Amino acid sequence: MGNVPTTVKHCLSYEQLIGDYPWLRHWLQEEKNITGHEYPEFVKIVEVGPRDGLQNEKEIVPTGVKIQLIDMLSGTGLSVIEATSFVSSKWVPQMADHTDVLRGIQRAPHVRYPVLTPNLQGFQDAVAAGATEVAVFGSASETFSKKNINCSIDESMLRFEEVINTAKERQIPVRGYVSCALGCPHEGDIKPSKVAEVAKRLYEMGCYEISLADTIGVGTPGSMLKMLQGVKKEVPINALAVHCHDTYGQALPNILTALQMGVCVVDSAVAGLGGCPYAQGSSGNVSTEDVLYMLHGMGIETGVNLPKVIEAGYFICNALCRNTNSKVAQAKSRTL
Amino acid sequence: MAAVMRLVKRSTLSSVMGQHYLAFSSSAKLTAAGVNTGQALPEKVKIVEVGPRDGLQNEKAIVPTEAKINLIDMLSECGLSVIEATSFVSPKWVPQMADQVEVMKGISRKPGVSYPVLTPNLKGFQAAVKAGASEVAIFGAASELFSRKNINCSVDESLQRFDEVMKAAKEAGVPVRGYVSCVVGCPYEGKVAPEKVAHVAKRLYSMGCYEISLGDTIGVGTPGSMTTMLEAVSKEVPISALAVHCHDTYGQALANILVALQMGISVVDSSVAGLGGCPYAQGASGNVATEDVVYMLHGLGIQTGVDLSKLMDAGAFICRTLNRKTSSKVAQATCKL
Repeated sequence: MGNVPTTVKHCLSYEQLIGDYPWLRHWLQEEKNITGHEYPEFVKIVEVGPRDGLQNEKEIVPTGVKIQLIDMLSGTGLSVIEATSFVSSKWVPQMADHTDVLRGIQRAPHVRYPVLTPNLQGFQDAVAAGATEVAVFGSASETFSKKNINCSIDESMLRFEEVINTAKERQIPVRGYVSCALGCPHEGDIKPSKVAEVAKRLYEMGCYEISLADTIGVGTPGSMLKMLQGVKKEVPINALAVHCHDTYGQALPNILTALQMGVCVVDSAVAGLGGCPYAQGSSGNVSTEDVLYMLHGMGIETGVNLPKVIEAGYFICNALCRNTNSKVAQAKSRTL
Repeated sequence: MAAVMRLVKRSTLSSVMGQHYLAFSSSAKLTAAGVNTGQALPEKVKIVEVGPRDGLQNEKAIVPTEAKINLIDMLSECGLSVIEATSFVSPKWVPQMADQVEVMKGISRKPGVSYPVLTPNLKGFQAAVKAGASEVAIFGAASELFSRKNINCSVDESLQRFDEVMKAAKEAGVPVRGYVSCVVGCPYEGKVAPEKVAHVAKRLYSMGCYEISLGDTIGVGTPGSMTTMLEAVSKEVPISALAVHCHDTYGQALANILVALQMGISVVDSSVAGLGGCPYAQGASGNVATEDVVYMLHGLGIQTGVDLSKLMDAGAFICRTLNRKTSSKVAQATCKL
């Protein structure tokens, strides 16, 4: 009977229950579910290493290396690889070669290569460079929005509306991000209702998917649950993704909680690329390898080949002269 | 569980069911975080701190006795109720634990805190009691090959040795905790059958161990394999007598602990600063960090009694002593903000 408390088991015989109330079998979760939860059969991984990962790495990576990384990732079975960002190179020098990267990669069939576009200018540059999908970044925290992109949430939504409307005309899909979904480095706790409000706005404007980001990794399964309960009242669960940072080691249990709530899209970064700008020296993005290991171990399909991702991870870590943040990659490289 | 709650509230049910609901709800301890996913999480979780023993045992640098005592004393002030202090194995095999007697005699025992020690055999048990131990632990394996390679005997032979320890412990009124290692995977055998784990756990429990800690020794488990294993074991040993001892070698520990909590487990082993690497994957991590576990539990609204900030102080202390970085992500993040 799964996780039914022993008191109930002693009071009621399961067979008698099912006999008297046939509809019960549906309600009492059957043993085939893990801990009584239903998990998605398939989870889509959105690989953000080349963009979110590298953007938060100190070393400037040569264009050729970025292209090679993306090409390696294209051969792993991943279906979405965030390639670069069309932000001003003044603000994000790492992404200055956005056009060269987008033009240099070998696009695998069935793989999409979204790029970040903070405004209309960025969008137009992206399209000129060949982008076929874009992403916009909102925030659930006013202070973070002002400090990060120099405008209020409302002002940023106006900018995104321009991008989304133009993208619609060109039939370019747009993904929306909501940062600080579980906490803000300036404001602290963020109300689930605020996250829901921003997510709803982006969804109603026309974003096909909303990625909810725990930007500083402070979330736990407790806060993840409450936030998703709030957001799914406003946005359908199948249009939601989670973007968990592992700064406090909570990413995998947070992702697990999201899966238990029906989320089936997870963002991650190969080798756990990208530190946390708010906790110098700490980790940021959760590693794609560690996420895959968990999902595959649970019988959840992803279509992704883990050893090939590990290889791509070793490649970029060598190029960056740094160790991988992926525990799976660390263990595999050292197993006796 | 929420399904059953909904069940008993339906007006179509007889009053007999309603009475059962009342009995059930008084024993059901639901936390806000658990109830809406349909699973109740425990209100309280007992942390068994294994840093000074399992942690240090797997560290290369030999830690001076004074530093071990200081670490244990600092941990005693954190609100932990169980701190595994040392191991009465032969110093020839585990040089790190050679100062077992001095450590036991040197620590300041806080009232209400238990300081179990490992005792692999009767000789170790006798030495432990002589040194003042008031609780001991024995280590079985779910894998035959691991048992032979690790303690040079089969699983059955090891259980016979433990029988002697159990008898002596009963006579002396000393509680015994049982460990089962390789509960999800073995470095030699690969996958381990859940039934085998259940068999060994049941034997230890029937012999008289008050609690059985199920160890994912090489950290290969995931929420999938962890659940399957716990389902098998909980058929033989009551959930309230089970603990999980997850290693974080593949980064899965917290996710595994979460599913264990969702299945009703309320005792979790962990190691301050994530001390203790994995001897089967050199350089990789081993024990899950107590700080990271406590952060997750507190975030879930689960009480542990542990003061996270004092715990981080203890972690910082031992890492300075060992001249190594903490393996705890919470400690890494917090000290840099």
